[in-house]
Amino acid sequence: MALSFPEEVLEHVFSFITSHTDRNTVSLVCKSWYEIERWCRRRVFIGNCYAVSPGIMIRRFPEVRCVELKGKPHFADFNLVPDGWGGYFYPWVCEMSRAYPWLEEIRLKRMVVSDEGLELVSKAFKNFKVLVLSSCEGFSTDGLAAIAANCRNLRELDLRESEVEDLSGHWLSHFPDSCTSLQSLNMSCLSSEVSFSALQRLIARSPNLKTLRLNRAVPLEKLSTLLHRAPQLVELGTGAYSAEARPDVCSNLAEAFSRCKELKGLSGFWDVVPFYLPAIYSVCSRLTSLNLSYATIQSPDVTKIVTQCPNLQSLSVLDYIEDTGLNALSLSCKDLRELRVFPSDPFVADANVSLTEQGLVAVSEGCYKLQSVLYFCRQMSNSALTTIAKNRPNLNCFRLCILEPRAPDYLTLEPLDNGFGAIVENCKQLQRLSLSGLLTDRVFEYIGKRAKKLEMLSIAFAGDSDLGLHHVLSGCDSLRKLEIRDCPFGDKALLANVSKLETMRSLWMSSCSVSLGACKRLSQKMPRLNVEVIDEQGDLDSRPDSSPVEKLYVYRTVAGPRLDMPSFIRNMAQNPTYMR
Amino acid sequence: MSFETSLEITSELTTADDHGLNLNETELTLGLPGESRGRKLGKKRGLIELKSINDEKNQSNASKASLDDVQLAGWPPVALYRKNMAKNFRFVKVAVDGAPYLRKINLESYGDYQQLQCVLFEIFAYFTVGNYTSDDLEFQNCYKPSFTTETFVPVMHDSFNNSIAQRIKYVSMYEDKDGDWMIVGDVPWMMFVQTCKRIRLMRSSEDINTARRTLSECSVSSC
Repeated sequence: MALSFPEEVLEHVFSFITSHTDRNTVSLVCKSWYEIERWCRRRVFIGNCYAVSPGIMIRRFPEVRCVELKGKPHFADFNLVPDGWGGYFYPWVCEMSRAYPWLEEIRLKRMVVSDEGLELVSKAFKNFKVLVLSSCEGFSTDGLAAIAANCRNLRELDLRESEVEDLSGHWLSHFPDSCTSLQSLNMSCLSSEVSFSALQRLIARSPNLKTLRLNRAVPLEKLSTLLHRAPQLVELGTGAYSAEARPDVCSNLAEAFSRCKELKGLSGFWDVVPFYLPAIYSVCSRLTSLNLSYATIQSPDVTKIVTQCPNLQSLSVLDYIEDTGLNALSLSCKDLRELRVFPSDPFVADANVSLTEQGLVAVSEGCYKLQSVLYFCRQMSNSALTTIAKNRPNLNCFRLCILEPRAPDYLTLEPLDNGFGAIVENCKQLQRLSLSGLLTDRVFEYIGKRAKKLEMLSIAFAGDSDLGLHHVLSGCDSLRKLEIRDCPFGDKALLANVSKLETMRSLWMSSCSVSLGACKRLSQKMPRLNVEVIDEQGDLDSRPDSSPVEKLYVYRTVAGPRLDMPSFIRNMAQNPTYMR
Repeated sequence: MSFETSLEITSELTTADDHGLNLNETELTLGLPGESRGRKLGKKRGLIELKSINDEKNQSNASKASLDDVQLAGWPPVALYRKNMAKNFRFVKVAVDGAPYLRKINLESYGDYQQLQCVLFEIFAYFTVGNYTSDDLEFQNCYKPSFTTETFVPVMHDSFNNSIAQRIKYVSMYEDKDGDWMIVGDVPWMMFVQTCKRIRLMRSSEDINTARRTLSECSVSSC
């Protein structure tokens, strides 16, 4: 006899379950739970837009209000994915416009969006509220104008790091006077100047505005005017932080900042003129998040700021901070969870700043809550890595980039296998890892054995042989995303671990030693994988099976081969000569 | 002793591209004021777009790639967005005598005076093209050890391609941080980029000193 709750009760219980993984698990319990769950699912996350089709999503989840899609592989950020690869939003919005008239939120990452798509969003969804376009491209400010003009209840418009064809700043003036619902606006990626009075009026009539990220064109002299209109801001991204040094302007700005009692996050700071830095001192003690990664200010100025931020949880900064600044950080910011240090001059081999592995060691010692690290530097040692690992076993994200490929331990000239080995051994919750420096197959042995919670791994210029890749594929139980470039990994490891690939979201391999024939065999063995070979040399059909492929992208899918591939990408399942 | 050479009027923007500079933002087009450019942004390409160092040989024997020797595609892994955002901008207004409105260019986009010269000429040609056909216009380069002075000289040609009379000369001047009007080309390029506040292509049939005097007499706001 089956005891079951009435559907409504189950639905109510499910409404408390919000994480995607949990909801997916719930749907696997039994058929009736699957049915109930799919009807009450409101938020869908699709980590690879080609893993599934719009039709499949709509068929399974008919009442969705929020959709999140990701398109291009991560390495697209570094220009390794050719233009025309794919990731088009339009097919999705077309079908969603018919199926989800009450859609409220769309979040896209690394997708190609068009003005037509944005216009459709603005007209098809009457209650549309949130649009987040992260690292997207393919649209212009005309599309933004449509969103501004037509979305009556727009709450959030966030264009973070997208590449927008900036025709003019007029789009902002399309927000009607009746629009008062804005809570978050991020236009920092745009270069055109918007009408300042339109911006001012928009801010003044948006009492719930919490996040405002301006673009570079908003002059510093006018920032205080905006702040006066929005003292309730929680996150602010300044425009260009430079003006002629005038004490009255500075004190106005300082006064405006001091009125913002809720301000917790600051970013922007392009073209910083140090004269104006003291204007933010009054808010430093409240800051939990600070992004100075575009501020070309020297160590003393950076240090002066961070040492006034005892509540800082997240810091992004250029390597101008140097070891001394990081040391000061480790003493002042005991609540720090995330540190990202970017290179000021990445293409120069010689150090232009005094930032070494010591800075990171200091932070690992002093910042007990440190969980997430992204660190660009020019030298590293096994002993430093081991120290960091022992200091901070609570790390969940460790991304180290030593600028010179295959750089050894600078003290011993050995590979950095042991150092990274210590990281994966001590940091048992590590979910994300990026390797660099001189590494042999041994480091992969350590990773395969110990990194059981690792979900994303990035490898470049590392390893000796297929054994390295085999260790990772056979050992890392939680692996979802693997991206590899310029490593001597090839057919053997790939073909020995074909089933593993179906448990992962995706695998990227470029400039490795994988042959065309192996790609075909992989595709043959695993029909539910899309094995896509990217090769811009243009003669894929006539190349022998032994020839290496330029780039390989493998991902699991229930949607079959995709239909929008450009000429330089082939799905191996469709390769007409694969029987050869 | 100055000499004149005429130069091909080509799109010098490609030269800049070869230097790895992204001129898309200031790409000049001949269109009506306010008209949309109507074309998509240039493809998303990195500042240094180069081939990967990979070859078909055994990777483990590959010599240590040095940053100094060759630039690797997509390395170091700094997001393209970040690279573009970190660029400096030095927008200055360019006024051409007789033109109804000004243009703005980003000095950081150019690597030297040659590139600036070409862009200034494009602006100049755009505003004067109504008076002369592009066949008539010839870019005359009065070369002196530093930059050119009388840079833009519209020259009429008769049907036998003989130059007729020289008409008006345009002088490239700029206002520096101290408010003084200087000849474009006197100081080293980097110093010029740091100190230039605005540029004016001044119509002058007289010599340079008169031009300089005229400019320092005119108020800043009228420029």
